[in-house]
Amino acid sequence: MNVTLKIWRQKNATDKGRFETYEMKDINTHMSFLELIDVLNEKLEMEGKEPIHFDHDCREGICGSCAMYINGRPHGPMKGTTACQLHMRHFKDGELITVEPWRARAFPVIKDLMVDRSAFDRIIQAGGYISVNTGGVPDANEIPVSKEVADEAFNAATCIGCGACVAACKNASAMLFVSAKISQLALLPQGQVERQRRADKMIAQMDAEGFGACTNTQACSAECPKEIDMVNIARLNWEFVKAKMHSKAIEVDE
Amino acid sequence: MRLESKTPEGPLAEQWTKHKFNLKLVNPANKRKYDIIVVGTGLAGASAAASLAELGYNVKAFCFQDSARRAHSIAAQGGINAAKNYQNDGDSVFRLFYDTIKGGDYRSRESNVYRLAEVSVNIIDQCVAQGVPFAREYGGLLANRSFGGAQVSRTFYARGQTGQQLLLGAYSAMSRQVANGKVKMYPRTEMLDLVIVEGKARGVVVRNLLTGEIESHSAHAVVLATGGYGNVYFLSTNAMGCNATAAWRAHKKGALFSNPCYTQIHPTCIPVSGEYQSKLTLMSESLRNDGRVWVPKQKGDKRSPQQIPEQERDYYLERKYPSFGNLVPRDVASRNAKAVCDEGRGVGETGLAVYLDFADAIKRDGMETISAKYGNLFEMYEKITGYNPYETPMMIYPAVHYTMGGLWVDYNLMTTIPGLYALGECNFSDHGANRLGASALMQGLADGYFVIPYTIGDYLAGMPYNKIPTSHEAFKKVEEEVRTRLKKIISIDGSQTVDQIHKKLGRIMWDKCGMSRTAEGLKQAREEVKKVKDEFWHDVKVIGTDEELNQTLEKASRVADFIELGSLMIEDALHRNESCGGHFREEYQTPEGEAKRDDENFSYVAAWEYKGEGLPETLHKEQLVFENVKLTQRSYK
Amino acid sequence: MSWFKQVLSSTIGKKIIMSLTGLFLISFLIVHLSGNMLLFKDDEGEAFNLYAEFMTTNPLIRIISIVLYAGIIIHVIYSLILSLHNKKARPVGYAEARPQQNSSWKSRNMGILGLIILIFLLIHMRSFWYEMHFGSVPTKSYAGVEVDDLYTVVVAAFSQWWYAGFYVLAMIGLAFHLSHGFWSAFQTLGLNHRKFMPMIKKISLLFAIVVPLLFASMPVYFFIKSLA
Repeated sequence: MNVTLKIWRQKNATDKGRFETYEMKDINTHMSFLELIDVLNEKLEMEGKEPIHFDHDCREGICGSCAMYINGRPHGPMKGTTACQLHMRHFKDGELITVEPWRARAFPVIKDLMVDRSAFDRIIQAGGYISVNTGGVPDANEIPVSKEVADEAFNAATCIGCGACVAACKNASAMLFVSAKISQLALLPQGQVERQRRADKMIAQMDAEGFGACTNTQACSAECPKEIDMVNIARLNWEFVKAKMHSKAIEVDE
Repeated sequence: MRLESKTPEGPLAEQWTKHKFNLKLVNPANKRKYDIIVVGTGLAGASAAASLAELGYNVKAFCFQDSARRAHSIAAQGGINAAKNYQNDGDSVFRLFYDTIKGGDYRSRESNVYRLAEVSVNIIDQCVAQGVPFAREYGGLLANRSFGGAQVSRTFYARGQTGQQLLLGAYSAMSRQVANGKVKMYPRTEMLDLVIVEGKARGVVVRNLLTGEIESHSAHAVVLATGGYGNVYFLSTNAMGCNATAAWRAHKKGALFSNPCYTQIHPTCIPVSGEYQSKLTLMSESLRNDGRVWVPKQKGDKRSPQQIPEQERDYYLERKYPSFGNLVPRDVASRNAKAVCDEGRGVGETGLAVYLDFADAIKRDGMETISAKYGNLFEMYEKITGYNPYETPMMIYPAVHYTMGGLWVDYNLMTTIPGLYALGECNFSDHGANRLGASALMQGLADGYFVIPYTIGDYLAGMPYNKIPTSHEAFKKVEEEVRTRLKKIISIDGSQTVDQIHKKLGRIMWDKCGMSRTAEGLKQAREEVKKVKDEFWHDVKVIGTDEELNQTLEKASRVADFIELGSLMIEDALHRNESCGGHFREEYQTPEGEAKRDDENFSYVAAWEYKGEGLPETLHKEQLVFENVKLTQRSYK
Repeated sequence: MSWFKQVLSSTIGKKIIMSLTGLFLISFLIVHLSGNMLLFKDDEGEAFNLYAEFMTTNPLIRIISIVLYAGIIIHVIYSLILSLHNKKARPVGYAEARPQQNSSWKSRNMGILGLIILIFLLIHMRSFWYEMHFGSVPTKSYAGVEVDDLYTVVVAAFSQWWYAGFYVLAMIGLAFHLSHGFWSAFQTLGLNHRKFMPMIKKISLLFAIVVPLLFASMPVYFFIKSLA
């Protein structure tokens, strides 16, 4: 098959950037979308042109590195699929495919299709953990967790941190990402001790990073490659309400 | 050089306890005076960085990915072993130790493996406390499943994403220390060399991948947790960025490299579909519980699988191994798949695949049962290949999956360079010649959470507090070497892309130093790799400069190291005149075609010493002593 | 920062204010609709006029109405603050975006729908509320009590085709705004439960159809009546 690629090229963070168009002839439909870009890059390099820079690593849909807005949607047209697992058989012969980086104030473009997603790391650093040191923890089976709760926590924990939720949201909101972690830990008994503090800190960091607010369009969940549910965002809101309304027995200055 | 494994004296079960007591301690108030560099943030690196920071050391952690959370541990599917005996099925620390030693085909150190089994139970406790959502029974307690190479149920899992959940646990523990200011995280930063001052590892030279700047970082000890070298083969289940550079540069600076020829080939991967293929994807081994492996009896049979009648199919595993059938170990299954494809009986467009057929299982158990068991795997298969495994048999082929070899380390996980440690897949220590399923995650976390925090203190306790500034001449010299090398790669401006050369290397390694090896093939490969090295240094084409973000240059620098490591793998495979685990030499097999070990002559760890550019490496041997297990030959007939 | 200020400065806090004011306005719609249904009573507007008189003179209702205006103003102001914030979160847009593939039009255009409703409200208030308070409305006496004859004003207004038509359009806007806003408010308050959410969504849809439909039936009814 043949396709035309219209790809965002931007030399660095300060460059204005522009689209460039590449004709791809006789490509194999079993190829993944990233392999198509590999092929293009090989060609560009042979012509002495700079290859297209993009983040990618595991190519199994789990590391969350790849981040491309393909034909108007994060990770392209297939539901529950990252760009690395998207195959060319899902495109039409002769199709024009537009590829752009994630667009958000909190995800500045580094080069071509690469963006800086360190905001997500900082949100986790703000409180996305249970504060236990190595060693000195109770036996694993001393903390029973019902299967339903464990499964639901797992569903939230499958987030791969790719940022498709932010890319999809018209407000560039990171609520789905933040809620997945808060939800996972709020559901589990181990997470109860720091529950309110965690919600408080992570939400504050989320706002500080400059993400937008949630308007419940549900685009994030629809585009999430791990299909993380909107119910997590509601849980995040509830955690916020509890964190703010609940008067702590002991007031601590922070 | 004498290899001192520092294995403690005394009965196996008491060694670690005794050793811990004998290790020197660093006073809590003094810990903050020591800096430790951790390279790599996978299971081993992240758990080490978090644990060391919790103890009070100042940790600098490096990863080449954009975030620590993306390290390739994340892709591990199956699970993690631990000798908890929660199932009351007779598991014990000793049994896990025994299975691991036996699974490794008696090529690992007893003391290390026993310690691994011993701390395995703590890992599960630690991960649960961190909020890792392991699978649970309805009663709320942890669920287990069984895995290859064991007769007990000891594998803990989180659906097919155990690696992800464990890594996110370690990543969150590390993130907490970043917030505490005890870990300074350097993402998108790649270690390009080790700095040695007065014989001790005192720092690293790294490249800031965003700016291309070469920077130095000084510390009192350096911990490498940089994973395996499966990408030598170009195609593997490793992530695109997985590389051997840090370990290889350490090797060139004096750290011995052990057993490089031990590579694990996983039998159930999605086959290569074309020249453009960039990596391979693993399908869980559990599929072999219900799928039947077959190829047509006739060579070059191009009919679709449904058109091939039963009597014209060769269920070769069931035929050759009536008692284990489709469930033979990984290496046996892989070699047999290669054999039938070499005979010209492979299927699919490339002829490099065999069928894994669920038709009988669906007929026997019904669609619903099979879908409940393997639904997500079938979906994943269909996503990648476009074929529906409920209707047409899956196609599978073996692929490089894990490398058992790595930097030689002693019982303290220290390499032959004082102050340089290697953890996880980066070292050679625990899996011998073959790794059992669900043991990689166990080893990474054991090393990071429960071994290095103790053993590093013993070394640091004898170190002065003084910090070496990065303006020290040793740093400046290494920085200059690194810069020169990168500039050299850029300056070649030849006619082949990095990937083209890497694919050539991969082809040679796969064909001649892959699933089955011969002395003759290895000797050819040795010459061919030499040629590839020459081509690289004279004909590679890298666009751009070294003073900016340049993904091609990153790849090129890694491939240059893969080529050198490939040569060493070939030497190691050539010298080991026996078959064991992941190393199969066609000359050394039983009449039934099974791997034949030579315990008399090869019961040792091969540790190679770098002698200089173009010089052959020197082999050192660490004899393996087995006092607690009896060496037996495997048989799966 | 005090906890209250923290709530207000957080995006989620602002969203909660949107949802609380939104739910309050929804409750007002029910009251307003049930009162206005008196327009359909075949008594020449007696019941409606008495109801209007009660609503404009009862001190308690007057206090509540101030709360109501405040609710509207807060809802509008916070929607503006949030919209600006959200706009800033994506300074560079996509060249090719296909949001219709992942979300509904109404959910992405609550601001525009809200603006339509706001314009409607201003015109609506000018026509009736302003006339009642500051304009000259004819009076009628029932059982010796003199009250403003709002009914006649309403009938006159709705006999104009463009005025009735504008009402119908605005109610369509309201319908879309409600069908997203109703369940959305629950989601924002964290009240999304797998058991109850499907029900809330159904009620949300039902409410969004029935309430605007009944409101719209008033101008339609009086316009058709004026033709007769």
